[in-house]
Order: sequence, then C-alpha cells, then structure tokens
Amino acid sequence: MFYREAGDFSTTYAEDQQTFPIKFDRYRYYLVLFVAIFIVPFVLNDYWVNSLMMPFLIYSIAALGLNILVGYCGQVSLGTGGFMAVGAYSCYKFMTGVDIWWGGELLFRLPEFNIFFAVIMGGVMTAFVGVLFGLPSLRIKGFYLAVATLAAQFFLVWLFNRVSWFYNYSASGQISAPERELFGVLITGPSTTPWAVYLFCLFFTIASAVIARNLTRGAAGRKWMAIRDMDIAAEIIGVNPLKAKLTAFMVSSFFIGISGALFFSVYLGAVEVGEAFGIQKSFLVLFMIIIGGLGSIFGSFAGAAFLVLLPVALKVVGVDWLGWPTDIVAHLQLVIVGLLIIVFLIAEPHGINQLWRVAKEKLRLWPFPH
Amino acid sequence: MKYKLGTMAVAAMMAASPVLADLVFPSMSYRTGPYAAGGIPFADGYADYFTMLNARDGGIGGVMTSVPECETAYNTEKGVECYESLKDTGGLVYQPLSTGITYQLIPKTTADDIPMHTMGYGRTSAKNGEVFTHTFNYPANYWNGASGAINYLLKENAGDLKGKKIALVYHNSAYGKEPIRTLTELGAKLGFELLEVPVDHPGQEQKSQWLQIRRDKPDYVIMYGWGVMNQVAVQEAANIRFPMENFIGIWWSGSENDVLAAGDAANGYKALTFHGVGKDFPVFADIQKYVVDAGKAAGAGDQIGTVLYNRGLYAAMLAAEAAKTAQGIHGVAQITPGQMRDGMEALEMTEEKMAALGLPNFGPSFKVSCQNHGGDGLVGVTQWDATAKTWSLISEFAATDKDLIDGLIAEDSAAYAAENNIEAGCK
Repeated sequence: MFYREAGDFSTTYAEDQQTFPIKFDRYRYYLVLFVAIFIVPFVLNDYWVNSLMMPFLIYSIAALGLNILVGYCGQVSLGTGGFMAVGAYSCYKFMTGVDIWWGGELLFRLPEFNIFFAVIMGGVMTAFVGVLFGLPSLRIKGFYLAVATLAAQFFLVWLFNRVSWFYNYSASGQISAPERELFGVLITGPSTTPWAVYLFCLFFTIASAVIARNLTRGAAGRKWMAIRDMDIAAEIIGVNPLKAKLTAFMVSSFFIGISGALFFSVYLGAVEVGEAFGIQKSFLVLFMIIIGGLGSIFGSFAGAAFLVLLPVALKVVGVDWLGWPTDIVAHLQLVIVGLLIIVFLIAEPHGINQLWRVAKEKLRLWPFPH
Repeated sequence: MKYKLGTMAVAAMMAASPVLADLVFPSMSYRTGPYAAGGIPFADGYADYFTMLNARDGGIGGVMTSVPECETAYNTEKGVECYESLKDTGGLVYQPLSTGITYQLIPKTTADDIPMHTMGYGRTSAKNGEVFTHTFNYPANYWNGASGAINYLLKENAGDLKGKKIALVYHNSAYGKEPIRTLTELGAKLGFELLEVPVDHPGQEQKSQWLQIRRDKPDYVIMYGWGVMNQVAVQEAANIRFPMENFIGIWWSGSENDVLAAGDAANGYKALTFHGVGKDFPVFADIQKYVVDAGKAAGAGDQIGTVLYNRGLYAAMLAAEAAKTAQGIHGVAQITPGQMRDGMEALEMTEEKMAALGLPNFGPSFKVSCQNHGGDGLVGVTQWDATAKTWSLISEFAATDKDLIDGLIAEDSAAYAAENNIEAGCK
C-alpha cells in the first residue's frame, strides 16, 4: 500500500540500476537529505550539535568503514581505534604543516593544509597504514586476524604516545586543533558555529555513504562479498584475494581515518591518544555495526545512532526528568545498553537493518498481508 | 559572540528556557568508572559545602545555590556532552576534575565567557592569566607539586641530591606528563637522574613498571597517578619491598582509597597536598548539623573528612568566596559567569577569612591577580599511618622553585598564545 513497486517502470538501464529503484524509497531518501541539509542546520544549537549530531555523523563514517571490512569482506578488525588515531594525528600534522627532519635538522616543512584537505589526508594516510596492517589477512583469518589487528591497535596508540613528533613536541602529549576556516567560516576551534561544523561533517558523511554504497554494489563490492562468503571458491572463480582483501582494508581505513580526523579536529578539538582512541573505541564501532547490521549501509547509520543517542536519551530521562542520582543513571545506562545489545542479538541477529527490511516488506503488503 | 543561522526562527523556542533563580555551581563528577574512587568523595564534598551554605546562610549573598551534577566517567566525550548540557543551566564556574577534559574546555569556556577552576590539575601554564583569561588553577599546580616533592627530598638529604636516582611513575596521559619537563630541568640543576616510568590508562597492570624499578633501584619514587592506578602502585611497591617513606605521590595519589588496599604495607607512604587533612576543623560541625543530620548529605555520606572530600569542600569554599567577591565588585547578588570570572580574578584568601569560615590553617593564603591565576603554589607533605588509618601533615606549606616554574610557564603559555593567536594582556 504505502510502499510498492507497482506502476514504477524503469525504461532505461540507468533507472533500473539506481540505488533506490522504488519511487517511494527514493523520495524518502531525498526527503531525509533535504531535512538534513536545509532544515536541521537552522534549528541546531550548541548542545544538539556537540552532544548528538556530530558524534552520530562521525561514528557513522567509522561504522561505514568498518562495515566494509567486516560486513562486506568478512575480515574481522579490532584496530578501529588505532586507525582513527592515525586519521586524527595525520590531520593534525597536515593542518599544522608537516615538518620533515633528517639527522637533527629540519629538512623542510610542508605548508599548512586547508582543514578540508587535512581531513582528506587523514583518510589517505590511514588507508596506507590500513593496507600495511591488512597484509597479515592474506595468511590468517577469523579470530587470528582479530588478534593481529588488535596488535595494530596497541602499536598505534603506543606510537602516538611515544614519538613526540606526532604531537609537535607539546609538553602534555595532547594534540589540539588550532582555529581553521573553510570559505571564511570557522570549522575548528572554540568559536565555531553549530551549523558550520554540522554541515562540514554532514558533507563527509553523505559523501562516504554514497561512495561506500556504490563501491559495495559494484565489481569491488562483489569481490569482497565473494571473499567473505568463501575465499577459496572466490579465488577459483578468478577473484584475486590479495587485491580484494587489501582494497577492502584500504577503503575501510580511509573512511575510518576520515572519521578519526573529524573526531579530533571538529568534534573534540583536543585529544589524547590513549583516552580517545583506546581499545574501547574499536569495540564501540564493532558493536555499532553488529547492532546495526553487518553488510549494510543503512545498518551503519542505525547502529551509530543507537549507540550514540541511546545513552544521551537515557541520561536525559533519568537525570533531567526523573531527577535520579547521576551515578545510578550511569550504571543503569550500562545495564540497559548491555541488555538491549543482548536482546537484539538474540531476537534479531541481523541487526536493526533486518528489522527495517522486515518492516518494509510488511508495509509493501499492508493492509492485505496475504 | 556565537550566532546561529536562522536565529530569528528559533527565538520563540529559546524564550522557553528556564528563568535563572539560583547561583549554579555545576559539578562535573564521576561516580562510575576506574576513577570513581577519587571522583565520589570530591563530588560529595563539593555538593555538601553548598548544601550547608544554603541551610546555614541562606545561600551566598542571599541567593540560594544549586549544584546540578553531570556524570563524566573521566571521559572526554562525556565531558563535552556534560559541559554543553550544563551550560544551559547557567553554570557560574566549571570544575571538570580531569586534565583531559580541561584541555578541551580551555578554549570553549574562553569563547563562552565562563570561568573554569582547575584546582591542582589541568594545564599548568594556565597560571598565566594574561593568556588564559578564563582558566584558574590556584592555589597550586603540577609543577609546584614536582618542585615541592624535590624540595622535600632536598631537605631530607641536607640540600644535596647529586647522584641520586629519582623515578617518576606517571599516568601516561596529559596529566602524568605534566611534571616531566620540570623534573628534567630540576634534575639538570640539582644533579639527580630522572627515570621515567609511564603507566597506561587505567593502570591496573604495573608489574613490568615495578620490575623496572626493582632493577634500576632508584633512591626515590615520585608518582603522578589517579584512580585505580594508585592502589595498584602502592601494592606493587610493597611487593618489591620498596621503602614506603621514599615513595611520594602527588596530591591525586594521596587519599585513603589509595593506601587502604595495601594494608600495613602502605605505612609511611607520603603524598603532597595543598590543603589540610582530617576532620579537625570547625566547619565539619556545621556540615554535621546542617547537612548530615538533616539527611541531605551527597552520595552515601560516608566520605566526610577524607582527603578528597576535603579537597571538594575546599574547591567549593573557594568558588563560594569568589562568588562573594564577584557580588561585591559588581553590586548584584545574581551574578553572571562573566562577573564570576572577575570575582575569581580578585579573590584573596587570608588566614582571617579562612578562620571565619571555620577552616583555620586549612590552606595557604594567596591572592589571585590577572597576571597570576595560580596563587603562590605552596605545597605540604602528608604521611599515611596504616595503624591509625589517618593522613597527617608532616611539613609546612612550603614555597617551591618559583623562578624555574615561572620561566617554564611563560614559555608554555607563550607557545599556546602563538598557536591560538591570543594577544596576551590584562583587560
């Protein structure tokens, strides 16, 4: 009734192959984009952007990235936090001007990158590092690969703590984003406006989602999925596992790097590697894609929304409305989120995305279910 | 000033925000997570002092106070969320009790014209008020702590530390790294060797660090730890039979929580402090009467008189005194965060004032000015008695190496000013 393909005819291949072949779906997508771009920025305030929208958008990018690796290519990774750190520190180095030293002397210093390109460079550098740490995936898989990526996590955090070049020799070991602007509008620093940072993150989120969606339904994505489903069979039908696995690591790390760069420069403004990009971050993003749905773009968003918004919502209900002590609410929050994760995994192992798919199926038949 | 796209459109919605009636002292507390043992007593002390002011004096200058709490779990992301949500309550001064969150809030609070008090933590160079206009770290900072510990050791060694080996066991974060520079400089000046031993968050696993200490046999160990890291370190030190009287913690490593776990083995452990310990002050009678007996104690009410409770109380007292000062300067009872900042900058704590508040000799007297947001940095040493289960002050509140620290502060704050295009100067 609400949701049907009847009467929706495709007359060209392009129409048939578009991302949302059903008209209703397509309009809903346009509506969401319209609201996100033209309405939300006008009603945002500091609280909404800093506590909800920015973490949601940034974690969505990270979840998209990890979903490509875990959900589409089947390579388990626990190195997300470390890769986000690579993105953040590269972004920092590029936005303050990379200095190259040789034998104790300053060889040269790159000019400071615009924040937009610094974020992109964060992604590019992370893609390199991701490929490097993806190499073991050619030999090992499953839990053993998870352990290998876990090593990446700890190594990268240790590296950024240890080598003071990465944090420009600051005494505290923290990196903090100086004020930077794009087209004359402040993007980083304390005096930014909510709409500007929101739109900046939104741009990266939409671009990542569009790229990820199109990659996953093209040749590259099919190769990843072939590797995921059975790597030997994939190899026999002509998928090069070296290329497929390493491109998955590369693309995945690129997105994770972008999210790490945004996380540091736009969202927090100052980070400390151990605290911001520790192992908890790897697990958090992994939970997002498991809850949202492995191997789905929508699932990445749903999972990120679930884990970012739910704790805040519980806090608002518990502390602000019911007036309970903060520690009890914080403990309850852990219990409720944990419980919901378990319930989800038992009741719907394929995540929120599957719920959404079932709902769509039902809506398609409604009101005559047979 | 910040502006918003479509401000006109939402003006109607904004008008619905609550009318400010209280003096709001938000408490960014952490009662959960690996640092809760330190966060709970501090938050209790902070809340109880204001509860007592409300009940005994009817608030500050006739205006009641309120202390909304927000749980940060010592996590920077939650800290940002808390800051933004507490900002809507009109908070006068923020005390994040976390160096990581402090680093994030220094630029934000400055842009929002809200003062922040980082008492004995945070960015040390915030002492330079010409650069850090909205950040205060009186009465003492980490570098005073480092220098205080060394001065104490100098006194023990008749003024000579040449050839000694001193290990620094530190929380591997912005907090723990703070004293390294000062200790390195002091080492060069006084001729001792510094051994850096980092411990990663949260610090439950320190076997390798203490094995290193056992191997390298330093004469003294200084610790910059927090949360669960402290208990573990004291226990590990006991395990390798490191003499406790040669083990000195910063003030964040010197509470009951940190030593009780190790039992008798912790006897003699020392820690720095910048305020008095114990319950032997008249103000605790008022706390008992107006807060505890009235059933209004924050938390479980079992922390009263502990080291960190006293520190929370001290922070609350300094905030209340600054609010009084601000009310005096501006002649209004209902002050704004901007006026509160002026009050903090003009704050003067004298012995008479503290005696009148029921806290005689509780902390050093100091005077805040635009150039000096950090007080005089007087540091005392306390020692743990495992049989009596009490901390006692074993030295005076003594001065620290002002010349060295001021030089380092000038250098660090100048770097910050250059990085962020801040024009240093007093308004």
